[in-house]
Amino acid sequence: MMATLDPFVGLAHMLDHPFLRSAFLAGTCIALAAGLVGYVVVLRGQVFTGDALSHVAFTGALAALAFGIDLRAGLYGACIVFAVLMAALGRRASADDTVIGSVFAWVLGLGALFLSIFTTSQSGTGAVGADAGVNVLFGSVLGLSSSQALSDALVALGVVVVFVAIGRPLIFASLDENVASARGVPVRALGYTFFVLLGITAGVATQAIGALLLLGLVAAPAGASQRMTSRPFVAVWLSAGIAVVSVWFGLTLAYLAPRVPASFGIVAVATMTYLASIVATSHPWRNRTRRRPPTAVTPAATSAVAASRGDLRGA
Amino acid sequence: MTYAAPLVPAAVSSAGPSWNIVTDLHQMLALHFMVNAFRAGTVVAVIAGAVGWFMVLRRQSFAGHTLAVVSFPGAAGAIWLGISATAGYFAGSIAAALVIAMVPRSPSGRERSEESAVIGTVQAFALACGVLFVSLYGGFLDSLTGLLFGTFLGISDRQVLTLAVVAAGVLVALAWMARPLFFATVDGDVAAARGVPVRGLSVAFLLLLGCAAAEVSQITGALLVFALLVMPAAAAQQITVRPALSMGLTVVLSLVTTWVSLGVAFYSVYPVGFYVSTIGFAFYVMAAGGRRVASWLATRPPRPRRLAHGPDGAGLTGSAVRA
Repeated sequence: MMATLDPFVGLAHMLDHPFLRSAFLAGTCIALAAGLVGYVVVLRGQVFTGDALSHVAFTGALAALAFGIDLRAGLYGACIVFAVLMAALGRRASADDTVIGSVFAWVLGLGALFLSIFTTSQSGTGAVGADAGVNVLFGSVLGLSSSQALSDALVALGVVVVFVAIGRPLIFASLDENVASARGVPVRALGYTFFVLLGITAGVATQAIGALLLLGLVAAPAGASQRMTSRPFVAVWLSAGIAVVSVWFGLTLAYLAPRVPASFGIVAVATMTYLASIVATSHPWRNRTRRRPPTAVTPAATSAVAASRGDLRGA
Repeated sequence: MTYAAPLVPAAVSSAGPSWNIVTDLHQMLALHFMVNAFRAGTVVAVIAGAVGWFMVLRRQSFAGHTLAVVSFPGAAGAIWLGISATAGYFAGSIAAALVIAMVPRSPSGRERSEESAVIGTVQAFALACGVLFVSLYGGFLDSLTGLLFGTFLGISDRQVLTLAVVAAGVLVALAWMARPLFFATVDGDVAAARGVPVRGLSVAFLLLLGCAAAEVSQITGALLVFALLVMPAAAAQQITVRPALSMGLTVVLSLVTTWVSLGVAFYSVYPVGFYVSTIGFAFYVMAAGGRRVASWLATRPPRPRRLAHGPDGAGLTGSAVRA
């Protein structure tokens, strides 16, 4: 991470560095996937699942390292298995559920154990063990090799393709499960597919911004886009766009200020966008003059509009 | 990034337990840092039990988790600025408690999904700030794993005193508002109708929760507060529904969890947070399992009487009926 003394000269040559090209390639694709999937996560009120998955991602990756398997096997395996488990629990799994909270706290405790096992087993080459733990927790997008970046980008693009294929019925089912299933949408199958996508996204995002920070790419862009528009199909792409822009700005920030971790830059930009969208849409005078009806999208409006126009528009 | 030594100095852990509890305790308590660890652990366990019991009852465990997560950047920032980490823990948690208290409660569906997005974003941003501060400070892994997954080394006398004073303040405040808080928790509408200041109590409780989360973070690490704040309370509430009894049981369980974890962690190289969360979880699983078994025994259809009289053919019918 060497920026030249004049930041703008450095900026012009930013993409000359192979590690930054890899970071931009992987980061863009991962952000695209996280933004799209994250929108549905927020729409379903399932951010808590993302939080739980971040614990699982950490433990899965470090368990793989501790047992000497490939990190990605543990990461994706754990994320997908737990995502399917959460899908099976369905909407019973709420944020304040002490059972699920306790299970995930214990999973995280196990992660701490594996981290410790791995660090002590690597004591000869300690820096490797220490770095691997930090990388899983807080990401290492600037440390990806070009082949890693390519495979991450392909996985993320795969998620995007599947999401686009099932996006319309998925958003319909997420807005109103009952109406959707009454109209013949395979709600359960869509739910499982979505959670598998979420698991893969969590796994791939862990490599970019880290297990602990992946909510920053999953929840923040989606929350911001939901604030800006009530039209689902605009919001879902807006969310992806915000995520991508956050990654670009975050990486640039990390390049200009080498002491700033890249994942901090990414999460900070996403959070600031969300904050700005909250401030911009909640002016006091705006609330007083235009009081919206309490339910933005009603089931009746959803199905009627969906049927007539093929578009889900906020009431 | 420098390589960090294991959390426990090898000179301490290499001794190994003698499995004679008196000898082992004697060995541990001969070390001043271990005495301080037990003092701090005891204080933290009591306050975690008392506040956590109300938190589980009020279904605010996610808020407790968030407050603890925010204590991480507080502590990391304090270390970076050269202030004591203890002050940072409290500053982070209490500031977050005030923010959460200011956000009005919005129960309707769409806004609830928004609220969860806000909480998730706040958590991620807080952790990101924490890692930024740690990175700016320079000593990357050493402080990082301690802050996230707990450490019991190097607790100073002064820190124990701070923990005890804050805990005493929180306990007094909690005792003073316990009855109306319980009323407001169990039935908010009726309590409000009878003139209980429900909203004020809710804000006050969040502040107490912030203090408790900050204290617990210092033993279990910012990510594992659930282990002491939630698990003992959840286990006790599985065992009994009587408020005073289950609260006492919560404190006992969290004390046992802390003491055993500290004792085990002393002789091992693994982080104390792992032991706290594992023992807490084991208590919870035992309590929940025990309750299942007890309720199954209570609701099981009574065995047909003739079965008891011996194998004269009647027993067969009995088992056939049961099958």
